Amino acid sequence: MLSISNLQASIGDKQILKGIDLQINAGEVHAIMGPNGSGKSTLASVLAGREDYEITEGTVLFEGDDLLDMAPEERAAAGIFLAFQYPVEIPGVSTTNFLKTALNEIRKHRGQDPLDAVQFLKLMKEKMKLVNIDQSLLSRSLNEGFSGGEKKRNEVFQMAMLEPKLAILDETDSGLDIDALRIVAEGVNKLRSPERATIVVTHYQRLLDYIVPDFVHVLYKGRIVKSGPKELALELEEKGYDWIRAEAEAA
Amino acid sequence: MTPSNQQYNQFKDQLLAAFRANEERLNGESKAPLHQLRRSALQQFERLGFPTIKHEEWKYSNVNSLIKQAFDIDGASSISEADMDDLQIPNLEGNILYFVNGQYKPDLSRIVSPAEQVQITSFAEALKAEPELIDKHFARYADYQDNAFTALNTALANDGVVVRVPNGKTVEQPIILRFITDAREKNIASQPRNLIIVGRNAEVTLAESYRTLGDRSSFSNAVTEIVVEQDARAQYYKVQNESEAAYHIGTTQVYQADNSHFYSATVTLNGNFVRNNLNIVLNGQHCEAFMYGLYMPNGRQHVDNHTLVDHAMPNSYSNELYKGILDDSGTGVFNGKIFVRPDAQKTNAYQSCKNVVLSPNASMNTKPQLEIFADDVKCSHGTTTGKLDEEALFYMRSRGIPKDEAKTLLMYAFAEDVLSQIKIDPIREYLEGVVQQKLAM
Repeated sequence: MLSISNLQASIGDKQILKGIDLQINAGEVHAIMGPNGSGKSTLASVLAGREDYEITEGTVLFEGDDLLDMAPEERAAAGIFLAFQYPVEIPGVSTTNFLKTALNEIRKHRGQDPLDAVQFLKLMKEKMKLVNIDQSLLSRSLNEGFSGGEKKRNEVFQMAMLEPKLAILDETDSGLDIDALRIVAEGVNKLRSPERATIVVTHYQRLLDYIVPDFVHVLYKGRIVKSGPKELALELEEKGYDWIRAEAEAA
Repeated sequence: MTPSNQQYNQFKDQLLAAFRANEERLNGESKAPLHQLRRSALQQFERLGFPTIKHEEWKYSNVNSLIKQAFDIDGASSISEADMDDLQIPNLEGNILYFVNGQYKPDLSRIVSPAEQVQITSFAEALKAEPELIDKHFARYADYQDNAFTALNTALANDGVVVRVPNGKTVEQPIILRFITDAREKNIASQPRNLIIVGRNAEVTLAESYRTLGDRSSFSNAVTEIVVEQDARAQYYKVQNESEAAYHIGTTQVYQADNSHFYSATVTLNGNFVRNNLNIVLNGQHCEAFMYGLYMPNGRQHVDNHTLVDHAMPNSYSNELYKGILDDSGTGVFNGKIFVRPDAQKTNAYQSCKNVVLSPNASMNTKPQLEIFADDVKCSHGTTTGKLDEEALFYMRSRGIPKDEAKTLLMYAFAEDVLSQIKIDPIREYLEGVVQQKLAM
C-alpha cells in the first residue's frame, strides 16, 4: 500500500529525515517510536503533505501513485488520514459542517454523489457510537474550547467518518489520561480491517497496550535504526532509548 | 495657486454656489433659525475646507481623488422600477423607502406600518411641514464644527427621512432605507440626511443600504442622527455594497438617554472609498451600546471606520467588535475612541478589532484610543492583524477540503461572527451571499 524509499526531508537548513525506508501493507499496524526530536512527527506530517518541509531525496508511493506529487487534499481523497497531535481550533465552523464539506469533497474527487443531509446524519449517528462522542460536541465550533481528550476523540471520529485506507496517528496519546486513552484506542481498534493500514506514532509504549502493532520501528536521528515485532516496544519500555542510541552510534 | 488646487476648489465652489442659489429661492425663510443654522454650517465648511492627510482624523484616508472630480448635485434621475431589478434584496419585507440620487421616491417606496406605531416622512416634506420638529433636533447631535463633510451635509441636505416612534410603541416591521445612486450617465453627488427619534420605551429596527447603478463616479455624503430616549431600544444596520467608483462618507450620530439600548452593525462589502463615522453619546445611566462591523476591501478599495463611544454618565455598558478581511491592494482603517468622562463611574467599555490580511499588498491601520477620566471603570481593547491561519488551512486540506474552499470556509466563519448579529433575516441572507461570492473570487 505504502512504499517509502530513502525519504529525506528538511525544514530550512536542517535535515530531519535522513533516508527512511518503510513498506506498509493493507491490514497492518506499524508503530513508529523514538526519542524526542528523532523525526517521528515530521514523517507523519510529510506523509500528510504539510508544506513546511522540503523533500530533498527519495520517493513515497501510495498504491503505486507518487504521493509526494499530491496536494494534501488529494492525499485525503486518495485515502490518507492524519490524526493531529495538536488538532486545530476553528471558530465558527461546526464539526458537523466541516465533516460534511470534507466528506462530500472526497466523494466528489472519487466520482461519487454527495451525501444529502439525511444520509449524512445517519452515517454520523452510526460513527458517533464508535468513539462514544456526544452530538452537542459536534454542533460546536470545531475543537474550540474542547478538552485534550475531546479533541483526540474528535480526531478518531473524523477518521471513522472519512474511512481512510491509511490512518496516521501522530502522538494521539499525548495529553490523555488513561480513560481517554482507552476510549480513543477502542475507536481506532474498531476501525481496523484487512483493507486498512495504520501508522501509530508514539513516544511511549502505553498506547501500544491498547492498539497492538504488527511491527515496531525505532526512529533515531532521522533514520529507522531498528525494526521488530510488537515485543520490541516492550523492550524499549523496559530499557529506555539509551541502548538504541548506543547501538546506532556504534553502527 | 497650482492647477490641482484650482481643481479641488472647483468642487468646493460648486457646492458653495449651490447653497447660495438655494438661499435665493427661500425669500423670507432665509431669516428662519433653521436657515441661519444651515448658513453657519456652510461657513464652517468653507472655513474647514476638505480635509487633507495632515488632519489627524484623515491621516490614512485621502480624499484628493474624490474632490478633484466634478459631480452633478441636482439629484435628477430617469430611473424606472425595472432598473431596480438587479438591486432587489429577495424576500425583504417591511417599510422600504427608496432614495435615488438622494431624493425620496414615494412611487417606488412602501410604508406598511400604521401611523400609530411610527411616523415616517421624507426629510424634504418635514422641512416644509414641521419646521419646529426639525428645529428641535436637526444638527443638535451631529457636530459640524470639526467635520467638513458633516458641515457640508448640514448646509446642503435636502432629503432623506424623518422617523418618529411614539412613546411606548414597538414598530413591528423594520424600516429599510435604500439609497440608490444612479451613476449610469453622470457623476452623481448626494447628501442624504436622516433623523430618527425613538420615543420613551419604544422600539424600532432600521437599516440603511447603499447601492450604485452604473460605473460613473458617485459620492454619498450621508448623516443620520438617532435619538434613543429613555428605556427605548433601537437596532441599526448600515450596509454598503457599492460600485468600484463609489465614494461614501457618512456619519451616524447616536444619542442615548437612561436605560436605552442601541445595537448596530456596519457592513461594508464593496465601494471605492468608504469612511464611516459612528459616534455614540451615552448620556444616561444603565445604557447599552453594541457596535459590530465587517469590512472586506479588495482590489483597490479603501474602507475606514471611525467609531467614538462617549460615556458621559455612570453605569453604562458598551461593546464593540469590528472585523476586516483585506485582499489584493485593499486598505482598511479602524479608529476606535472611547471616552469615559469623570462622572461616568462604573462604566464597562470593551473594544476589539480583528483583521486578516490575505495579500502582501493589502494593509490595515488600527488605532484604539481610550481616554479614561474616571477611576472605577472596566475598559479593555485589543486589535489583531494577521495572515490567514496556515495551520487551520492545512488541517482542513488534510481532511480533503481543497485549498480555495478551505480558505473560503475559514474566512466566511470569520465574517459570519458579525453577519449573524443582523436580525433582519433577508438582509443577513443577502449579505451572506455577497460575502460568499466575494470570498470565492
